[in-house]
Amino acid sequence: MEESVEYAHATGLLSGIWLLVAIPLASAAILLLLGRRADRWGHWLGVASVAASFVLGLSMFISLRGLEGNRTAEQSLFDFIVVGNLHVDFGLLFDPLSGVFVLLITGVGSLIHLYAVGYMEHDPGRRRFFGYFNLFVAAMLLLVLGNNYVMLYFGWEGVGLASYLLISFWYTRPSAATAGKKAFLMNRVGDAGLAIGIFLMFATVGSTNYDEVFNSVGALTSGTVLVLGILLLLGAAGKSGQFPLQAWLPDAMEGPTPVSALIHAATMVTAGVYLIARSNPIFTANHTLQLIVVSVGALTLLMGCIIGAAKDDIKRVLAWSTVSQIGYMFVGVGLGGGAYALAIIHLLAHGFFKANMFLGAGSVMHGMHDQVDIRRFGGLRKYMPITWATFGVGWLAIIGIPPLSGYFSKEPIIASAFEREGWTAWLFGMAALLGAGLTAFYMTRLFVLTFHGPKRWTEDIHEPHESPAIMTIPLVLLAIGSAGAGILMASVVPEWLAPVLGEEAGEAHGVLGHTTITVLSIAVTLLGAGLAWMMFRNGTAKQEQPAGVLVTAARRNLYTDAFNEAVFEKPGIYLTRALVYLDNKGIDGAVNGLAATIGGSSGRLRRMQTGFVRSYALSMLTGALLVVGAFLAIQLGWLA
Amino acid sequence: MGELKLPEIDYGALLPMLILFGAACVGILIEAALPKERRHAIQLSLALLSTVAALVAVILARDIRTITIGGAVAVDGPTLFLQGALLLLGLVSLLLIGERSLEAGGAFVSQAAITVGSQKDLRQAGSQPGGPEVYPLTLFALGGMLLFVAANDLLTMFVALEVLSLPLYLMCALARRRRLLSQEAALKYFLLGSYASAFFLFGVALIYGFAGGVQLSQVHDAVVTPERSQVLLYAGLALVAIGLLFKAALAPFHVWTPDVYQGAPTPITALMAACTKVAAFGALLRILYVSFEGVRWDFQPVLGGIAVLTMLVGAVLAVTQTDMKRLLAYSSIANAGYLLVGVLALNRDGLASTMFYLVAYGFSVLAAFGIVTLVRDADGEATHLSRWAGLGRKSPLFAGLFTFILLAFAGIPLTSGFTSKFAVFGAAIEGGQTWLVIFGVITSMLLAFPYLRVVVMMWLSEPGESTPSVSIPGALTSAALTIGVVATLALGVVPAPLIDLTNDAAQFVR
Repeated sequence: MEESVEYAHATGLLSGIWLLVAIPLASAAILLLLGRRADRWGHWLGVASVAASFVLGLSMFISLRGLEGNRTAEQSLFDFIVVGNLHVDFGLLFDPLSGVFVLLITGVGSLIHLYAVGYMEHDPGRRRFFGYFNLFVAAMLLLVLGNNYVMLYFGWEGVGLASYLLISFWYTRPSAATAGKKAFLMNRVGDAGLAIGIFLMFATVGSTNYDEVFNSVGALTSGTVLVLGILLLLGAAGKSGQFPLQAWLPDAMEGPTPVSALIHAATMVTAGVYLIARSNPIFTANHTLQLIVVSVGALTLLMGCIIGAAKDDIKRVLAWSTVSQIGYMFVGVGLGGGAYALAIIHLLAHGFFKANMFLGAGSVMHGMHDQVDIRRFGGLRKYMPITWATFGVGWLAIIGIPPLSGYFSKEPIIASAFEREGWTAWLFGMAALLGAGLTAFYMTRLFVLTFHGPKRWTEDIHEPHESPAIMTIPLVLLAIGSAGAGILMASVVPEWLAPVLGEEAGEAHGVLGHTTITVLSIAVTLLGAGLAWMMFRNGTAKQEQPAGVLVTAARRNLYTDAFNEAVFEKPGIYLTRALVYLDNKGIDGAVNGLAATIGGSSGRLRRMQTGFVRSYALSMLTGALLVVGAFLAIQLGWLA
Repeated sequence: MGELKLPEIDYGALLPMLILFGAACVGILIEAALPKERRHAIQLSLALLSTVAALVAVILARDIRTITIGGAVAVDGPTLFLQGALLLLGLVSLLLIGERSLEAGGAFVSQAAITVGSQKDLRQAGSQPGGPEVYPLTLFALGGMLLFVAANDLLTMFVALEVLSLPLYLMCALARRRRLLSQEAALKYFLLGSYASAFFLFGVALIYGFAGGVQLSQVHDAVVTPERSQVLLYAGLALVAIGLLFKAALAPFHVWTPDVYQGAPTPITALMAACTKVAAFGALLRILYVSFEGVRWDFQPVLGGIAVLTMLVGAVLAVTQTDMKRLLAYSSIANAGYLLVGVLALNRDGLASTMFYLVAYGFSVLAAFGIVTLVRDADGEATHLSRWAGLGRKSPLFAGLFTFILLAFAGIPLTSGFTSKFAVFGAAIEGGQTWLVIFGVITSMLLAFPYLRVVVMMWLSEPGESTPSVSIPGALTSAALTIGVVATLALGVVPAPLIDLTNDAAQFVR
């Protein structure tokens, strides 16, 4: 970057940035500390605090728009870490990029909080749930509002903690407890990468502030930038469920559905995209790095589609779909240039339609006695018209039917992929295009099996009911967002984000014309959707049927879990056993021997403590003689 | 005969001591004049108020740097800091001493002179309230300690040593329960203490012979002029040091410590572990830094050997202790070793870090003995280690607090134990005494074992039939515990203010 990055001081309304984080944090503290005393009204406090943050965030966003020139607001609250040369402020930054994230987190967050009031109504742990939920919102806001990488890491770990607590929210279920642990452990791998990346920044740049790091990227060697970028990418891949750290995200669906919607679809899992977009000066500076990011994105988006097409659990299909859609975003941020903004637009649009569909899935489960197997749904359109309609909007949006939001956000990414140079244009372009077709296929399968075709319900269900208004109102609002947000954002967001992400590149000419790509992508979408419609409009078997090699592989998550088990888990277990053996025989032997020696000498010395004053006096006298003797010996030596 | 000239007296500088001695005398009058049932409340308030007043006087005198009453007393940075520390720790000890809700009548016997086991003794064991004479005795002891750390000549120091020791001998005998053990402890302490005092006094005589005076500055001048009898100097230094090493419980002059700590009433043990240690090290610091700095190369190896021996004896013997009070006694011996490491740094950091250590350790040890007073059954305190098994289940709060204090003793970060050990070891390395630090670290590792064994016992064992209950502390003990634990935490998390204070104070006047 030729221009240097500079942030303006926060003034006026913007000097209250810290309130955005503090309000939900205070609410979380109240809910978790007051305990049962807050059971009756706690959930409303939870909703109100996020809504208050939204209102505040919106007014800040508007006043940021009103600023002339440098549209940024930086605020340093206090010295956070001061050790030697390392100086980290507890500093916040409200700029166009963090602004849109604040609106997404608090806006969609408010709706999902509201929905959760209804969804969690019969759960005895509702107050605890809202406490964790508020904690998540506070940590996520800190993540996007920090003005340096340490603050980002602080929020990053905070959302990890909240995610762990919420995945294992029903901790009495072994599967939920295991899923929480799995998410935590896999995230550690990514977090370690991010942490080492931050260490590297401090070692090479001497600071972790965004502006200082970005302004010094030009001075770093290309190898350093590559290593730094790969470490950041590892962190991003861990948090966002990208290859090779994708396995935790589908298991995270063990948490309550609002959690899946807010944390594991709309906001937290997109933190990796935020990290790369925020660090765009680093990633833009190295082409190999960009190639790696695009490859990870493309590979993950195809994996997600293929696995999603073979799953029967409604939330897991949506989860793999999330993995795949974030793959699109990674492709976007990997392409660089104008595609950064496209990735952010897709992120925002995805936040709406995926939250919408998760909440819709929750609504279906609510009516169907917590059934999650789409083979046991069918024909729900008649019983749940609002859920059907809103889910339908989300479905059309994600597969990219114009004029819904997915079309405006995904299609440009496919087009950008074709704009690369040489054979990579074909490789990534075709992958993105194939992904669009597969997405249409598995989402249509999900939609048709759930809401259309014959009833395949379990015996205990007679008349599924529509969810109460407190759950359907957020659904309707999110559906409106899914439908309309795309065209709105595609027209204003790139310009808005230009100061952070760089100007949009001029008309690039790819290997295919733009119109061709548009026609192609709509064609594959319709093809995939039509194929699924044909295959599943008459329902499907109530149980999983034997299938060919590809479907079996997809059902087993393309053997990635088996791979992890064989390559990491098993050797890890053997290593642990070997270490335990070594520890028992070698180290413990030495330590125990030493301990026995000390214990034995202690026991012998103890006998000298006879309790008789005469022997005490004797030992004092001996000591005195020794001390005086030692002094005199030294003095005699002095004379000699 | 020349005219008798009265020395200049700076009353402001002496005010803290005057307040304590005055209040102690008033306390004795109260003992004589007032009816027994009203004395306790009045004596306790008098003791607390006078300690607070003395503390205020120390704070008011904070800028005084002077030598007064004809060179007998030096009021300087270390004096004022240590006096402040003594008064604060003494205040907390007084809270423990004044507690009466744990046991009917308090931890002290009504009339210590009654023969143990006689009819009269059985009657008084019932519910006769403890004798309030313990408060004036405490004030005398505290006053003696204030003088001890301020004494600028060896004779004043000897007088202060006796003033602080005699009340402590008495108070050791005042336990309400296990009276024979208590009296035995008092007698042992008295006999061995007198023995050590004799060494001290003989040393003073030899040094007078060497230097021709007893003022510390005179000794200093004599030490730096070469043509004097070195035998007198070294023998005198050795004997004076022995007297102080005894009070500070350094090996091989530590033998009294476990017996006395175990036998004395627990609040008095707390007072001795916290305040006597401050006083003894205050005097040791002054003598070594002010008078004998010129021969540092000669006494450093000898006292270094004593420090190593002390740390080893304390740590190794702590491993096999089965009584909580004896365990804490050996821990206190090992800590005396660490303090001596700081003293032997013989630089400004050594002085500052030793003073920091004294305060930090004092608060922790007060809290530890405070908790010991709470764990009791029908026979009084249950101090055998096996009785503490499973305490974590019965009373998570107090087991948690005790665990925290033990972690502080073990020197775990975020506790004052870590900061203070770090400070003294750092100063010792700077002072070229790396070998002492190596032994310090090794023995710290050894000591972690007995501490953690207690933690494991409290939390991982099932409570047995014989696990005593933990009494609900009264307001006084609660206050003492809170102060001790909060100070241990605060000095571990934000030690900077106290470190700055010790650095500012670390300058003797000569």
